[in-house]
Amino acid sequence: MSRVRVLVGTRKGAFVLESDGKRERWDISGPLFAGWEIYHLKGSPADPNRLYASQGTGWFGQLIQRSNDGGKTWEPVGNRFVYDGVPGTHLWYDGTPHPWEFARVWHLEPSLTDPDTVYAGVEDAALFRSTDGAQTWQEVAGLRCHESAPSWQPGAGGMCLHTILLDPSDPERIFAAISSAGAFRTDDTGKTWRPINRGLRSEQIPNPTAEVGHCVHRIAMHRSRPGVLFMQKHWDVMRSDDAGESWQEVSGNLPSDFGFPIDVHAHEPDTIYVVPIKSDSEHFPPEGKLRVYRSRTGGHEWEPLTKGLPQRDCYVNVLRDAMAVDSLDSCGVYFGTTGGQVYASSDAGNSWAPIVRDLPAVLSVEVQALP
Amino acid sequence: MIRVALPAHLRKLARVDGEVKLDVEGQVTQRSVLDTLEACYPMLRGTIRDQVTQRRRPFVRFFACEEDLSHESPDAPLPDAVATGAEPFLVVGAMAGG
Repeated sequence: MSRVRVLVGTRKGAFVLESDGKRERWDISGPLFAGWEIYHLKGSPADPNRLYASQGTGWFGQLIQRSNDGGKTWEPVGNRFVYDGVPGTHLWYDGTPHPWEFARVWHLEPSLTDPDTVYAGVEDAALFRSTDGAQTWQEVAGLRCHESAPSWQPGAGGMCLHTILLDPSDPERIFAAISSAGAFRTDDTGKTWRPINRGLRSEQIPNPTAEVGHCVHRIAMHRSRPGVLFMQKHWDVMRSDDAGESWQEVSGNLPSDFGFPIDVHAHEPDTIYVVPIKSDSEHFPPEGKLRVYRSRTGGHEWEPLTKGLPQRDCYVNVLRDAMAVDSLDSCGVYFGTTGGQVYASSDAGNSWAPIVRDLPAVLSVEVQALP
Repeated sequence: MIRVALPAHLRKLARVDGEVKLDVEGQVTQRSVLDTLEACYPMLRGTIRDQVTQRRRPFVRFFACEEDLSHESPDAPLPDAVATGAEPFLVVGAMAGG
């Protein structure tokens, strides 16, 4: 029987939750790196024992930790993130130029094929790559050197590169998303990039259909169909059927199309999940009811999934990196909340149960299916 | 022998208990102490000083002999009591929070 390992990053450390394939009883270990913010941790698809974690605090800066034994032991590795060349400026919240400054690593994306290659999405927005197991990092500078970069500006959480999608069918194609610049794509392993935001509409910027400036919260793909992308934008759930060349809104009957995470069922490329949040000024579920919404039609038509989730007095948020799916036969879906709960569904979202209820605020959730 | 007292997070990161003891060559300054500290404990690089600018991180302070040395030149000699090991050089996480 397969096992699953859920990797949880929180405001005050990391936790590893493990279960057999039934996903009913869980062993919980942690906190790892107690007291530090763990923005993200993720395992290598090529070697599930190779894990990477982004560890930091406002006091002592950014660290990267690596495990070679599935999280039992860790070692600090390279944490020198230096922008290539003279980094220049982007726009600050007030619209004035602001120097590019490294703040933290939001997201780590290990290579699909090489355990020693890993990408880091950072704030202020840039993409870094390591090919030596995170010992050293080099900026993939073509993205930050895009001609639009001086006009990028931060979202409420900072100007972060939070989404990195590696195309399993084309090793030279990478998708990245930045708040609040939008989505970008390279077809030459990062040398050149272009914005892929046509069809997005954001009323919060002077030109609602501008090429850049959109607050993309998350993008997801199914590995069998990498040209189809699903996006949770600040407002609006969007879909692209042409690798981001154009986008169409698929918010349909959602009670709110504001939210942060979006993910795709492991075996059904048109089954997608979002967690509607009331608004950009009220970051909690509408009506105090924590509901995951599932569409089995790739958008437009959505059904609330509520069984096992609190349906009154719930005012938590679910952050952009805090949802994941496993690849067991019956697809598991997981998400963590700012209230410290990690919920799991072993039946594709039909029913839910908390794995753990009282962690620090959850920043990220990833899951590994293990033999 | 220079004594350096690290905050709890950095002691854990460096896997040390109590004070760190360093042999510092040449003049004992903030820079020479931190250079030696980072050479002995490379996992601390970037946690006390910025890796590029070598400036003290904003929420880190340096105390010794009941004085705040945070804003002294990194190349200024540290007090004799620190240089002789009579007093520790304190690396402190700034008090912040609720």
